[in-house]
Amino acid sequence: MKRRDFIQLAGMGAGAMMLPISPFAKNVDPARLLDQVIDVKQKKQLADVALNTAKSNGATYADIRIGRYLNQFIVTRENKVQNVVNTESFGCGVRVIANGTWGFASTNDVTKEGIDKATKKAVEIAKANAKVQKEPVKLVPVQGYGDQTYKTPIVKNAFEVPIGDKADLLLKANAKAMEKGASFINNILFLVNEQKYFASTEGSYIDQDVHRTWPFFTVTVVDKTSGQFKQRASFSAPVGMGYEYLDGNPKDKIQAPGDIILYNNSYDVVEDAAMAAEQAKQIIAAKSVEPGKYDLVLEPSHLWLTIHESVGHPLELDRVLGYEANFAGTSFATLDKWKTKNFNYGSKQVTLFADKIQPGSLGAVGYDDEGVKTKRWDLVKDGILVNYQAIRDQAHIIGEKESHGCCYADDWGSVQFQRMPNVSLAPGKEQLTPQQMISNVEKGVYIVKDGSYSIDQQRYNFQFGGVLFFEIKNGKIAGMLKDVAYQSNTQEFWNSCVQVCDERDFRLNGSFFDGKGQPSQSSAVSHGSSTARFNGVNVINTARTI
Amino acid sequence: MAIFSKEEARRILEKVISFSKADGIEANLNGSNGGNIRYARNTVSTSGEDSNVTLAVQSNFGKKSGTATINEFDDASLEKVVRRAEELAKLSPENPEFMESLPQQTYGESKTFSEATAKITPEYRAQAAANSINPASAKDVTAAGFLDDSHNFASMMNSKGLFAYNQSTSVNFTATMRTNDGTGSGWVTRDFNDVSKLDTAEASRVAIDKAIMSKEAKAIEPGKYTVILEPAASAELLGNMFFNMSARQADEGRSFLSKKGGGTKLGEKLVDERVNIYTDPFNAEVPASPWTGDGQARRKMDIINGGVVKNMFYDRYWASQKNVAPVPFPGNIIMQGGSASLEEMIKDTKKGILVTRFWYIRSVDPQTLLYTGLTRDGTFYIENGKIKHPVKNFRFNESPVIMLNNLETLGKQVRVDGDLIPYMKIRDFTFTSLSDAV
Repeated sequence: MKRRDFIQLAGMGAGAMMLPISPFAKNVDPARLLDQVIDVKQKKQLADVALNTAKSNGATYADIRIGRYLNQFIVTRENKVQNVVNTESFGCGVRVIANGTWGFASTNDVTKEGIDKATKKAVEIAKANAKVQKEPVKLVPVQGYGDQTYKTPIVKNAFEVPIGDKADLLLKANAKAMEKGASFINNILFLVNEQKYFASTEGSYIDQDVHRTWPFFTVTVVDKTSGQFKQRASFSAPVGMGYEYLDGNPKDKIQAPGDIILYNNSYDVVEDAAMAAEQAKQIIAAKSVEPGKYDLVLEPSHLWLTIHESVGHPLELDRVLGYEANFAGTSFATLDKWKTKNFNYGSKQVTLFADKIQPGSLGAVGYDDEGVKTKRWDLVKDGILVNYQAIRDQAHIIGEKESHGCCYADDWGSVQFQRMPNVSLAPGKEQLTPQQMISNVEKGVYIVKDGSYSIDQQRYNFQFGGVLFFEIKNGKIAGMLKDVAYQSNTQEFWNSCVQVCDERDFRLNGSFFDGKGQPSQSSAVSHGSSTARFNGVNVINTARTI
Repeated sequence: MAIFSKEEARRILEKVISFSKADGIEANLNGSNGGNIRYARNTVSTSGEDSNVTLAVQSNFGKKSGTATINEFDDASLEKVVRRAEELAKLSPENPEFMESLPQQTYGESKTFSEATAKITPEYRAQAAANSINPASAKDVTAAGFLDDSHNFASMMNSKGLFAYNQSTSVNFTATMRTNDGTGSGWVTRDFNDVSKLDTAEASRVAIDKAIMSKEAKAIEPGKYTVILEPAASAELLGNMFFNMSARQADEGRSFLSKKGGGTKLGEKLVDERVNIYTDPFNAEVPASPWTGDGQARRKMDIINGGVVKNMFYDRYWASQKNVAPVPFPGNIIMQGGSASLEEMIKDTKKGILVTRFWYIRSVDPQTLLYTGLTRDGTFYIENGKIKHPVKNFRFNESPVIMLNNLETLGKQVRVDGDLIPYMKIRDFTFTSLSDAV
């Protein structure tokens, strides 16, 4: 147990929250988060030390990432601010190929001497490992882009907003939830800023400033008479945006079936907290689901996680090839299935695309962590498996001439590898709203927001819960349900997709915490969809007595 | 140099404390040297080393506190970090849950350090990987594995006179072996403080054998089965249970230990009376740090005894609200086992399933501690005291509380992830569906 790096926030329970703080991150004062540590010119000079040292020590390729990773967490419960955590992690990681083998070393000593030493260590490690290497590294070409910059198009830098203002907003939401009958509320604001400089022997020098924001709460209602407690998580999404996400702009509010309000590119935390308290009470009083086959109508705030687990992960090429066999697992979506060009991953309604460019998404960057310009590509087209996610040392295996640009490291001290880009379900081509979709369902469940999730290591069998469940009877919402989870098989599930709402309903959701690799790294990723219908899915009842 | 000796740490921390002008100050000085190697497809994929030292200073004026950190250790830097912590404390809102620092505590002698582990080299790691890969490739099996090691020191001092220091080492090894036809998979895990106890060749043989034995698994109907859980299978489910044993959560009515109408299950029978679980930081097989990050002493303590909940975990604030002594979260978990070997447990089973490990375990309902997850890397059908054949993997939906009530037999203990967990035979374990995953 002691190796678990949990930071349990009081009251979140069940390890619900794991802060993505790198082991190298240290606490700093908030003012320092706005400092510039070194300028681009200095970074370029330091980067050249690594590239030159690597080459003169026998490396055939080298890259360096000089990174400054900032986090701010404002942690509140009910009427108090429990903690304000500011962390900064600054250092660099050098990756080389020597004798056909990768080597990596990192240091927080970002000086010419420190970088020189780390680079020599990386070459030494590569040479030691070359002795047991059986597949020499082969990189697809990449253009040398020269000097480049990219910045997340934010309106308000959340790190510049006074902490007092941010804490007051959360406390206002908490007060509203308590007024509406919540027993507890844990309300947190996560802010991330990655300032990363990349240079490689291919001739790129890329400076990027990436921002992410995630307000997140859990409202708990305890019913002392029955001894039941139920939770309702916030309907917010983690976003690749600045503080403007918290403006609560009315044009981004969506009146959804079941008389609930959902949010698009702007979130109203105070309104959502009030609704959460009301809905948590309704969950306690809700009918326990009758197990059986139902047509599921899955809202984008729910479906993103099913896409993540059953499409995003199995189509990571390193998993398919076996590089993740010892941890995350392998994949059912093997190369032989892809080679047939007629493997029905889903029904004809299903087109799933990958990208690192959608505005507001967590994956959006100008260039990935090995200097490849980002783009969009299809994974499943009209139901057929057409591609995977691949980086420079894998792309040749699937006959791609260039990398997909989805290489990422969560810190300067971590080695970059293939990480999931945004993966989304393309909206339906015909005009269709969620209300119209529901009106055609005889016996179904409408599921809002992600809940419990679990899938096997080859991504066949999965089980998902949710937050709100509404029974659909003869085309109408017939009240709330509880104790709902659905179990299916990935290919069967996506082939049961009969309708997808149009692009007006398309929204992103996602996670800061996609875990992969050993040592494990966290990556932030978004998944978009419109509301979609899946016919005849197996629903189980999860109520137990202990 | 990322590892400071006890005297070096004391000297730096004394200097830090001497600069304080606040009501109170607490400083933590920690560092580590680590390395790892990862392999897959019978070849090394990534490998690296890291090293870091950080000093964190928390100053407080009344219930207002601020924290600042630095990784330079000359006098001017030490004074700078103290001043910065004090400035932040003055600017911070009052934290009603702030607790004053502890005075000097008495700690037991640590057993967490091993010289051999601290001396691991890149060559050692490469050889350890080769010792796992070579026997696999000789048997038409593909190896994927990971070895990571670290040497850490932790120290703290505060203005109440408390000083604590500990050095620890650890090495963790896991390997997944898959038959080249893709129909069999086996897995093994080992972890130690002392690397001389690790033999990656021996461990890998276990996983290779399981991979070959699990080829061409047959599907059997999901349902309730008697299961023999290897320690690695039950460790995470049990860990999830302990992780949810916070007294505050239970008092607040939002825990599996909360009772209808108020109150908690502390002192009540929760599971089978043969279940005895405790923590002991000085156990030679699974040593843990003798102190927690805030300077509390860890000692041997019952968690569940005779099936009765003996302790929930109280942080210092909640303990002060409830007028009880704080109970820090344990550094290790030891579940008493029995004398039965795995072979004897199998021999004694009429119909059942042997489970190597569970995977992707996630909470379904925190109220009943219901979890879901799947079997992986070696699941076998037992009939009339013998392993008959491998079976396809199952998804389960089960609560560790129900599982420990359905205990049939306790077997020998094994170290898993820093804890000691026995083999267990459990009746009526709930498998809800089948998976095609290998």
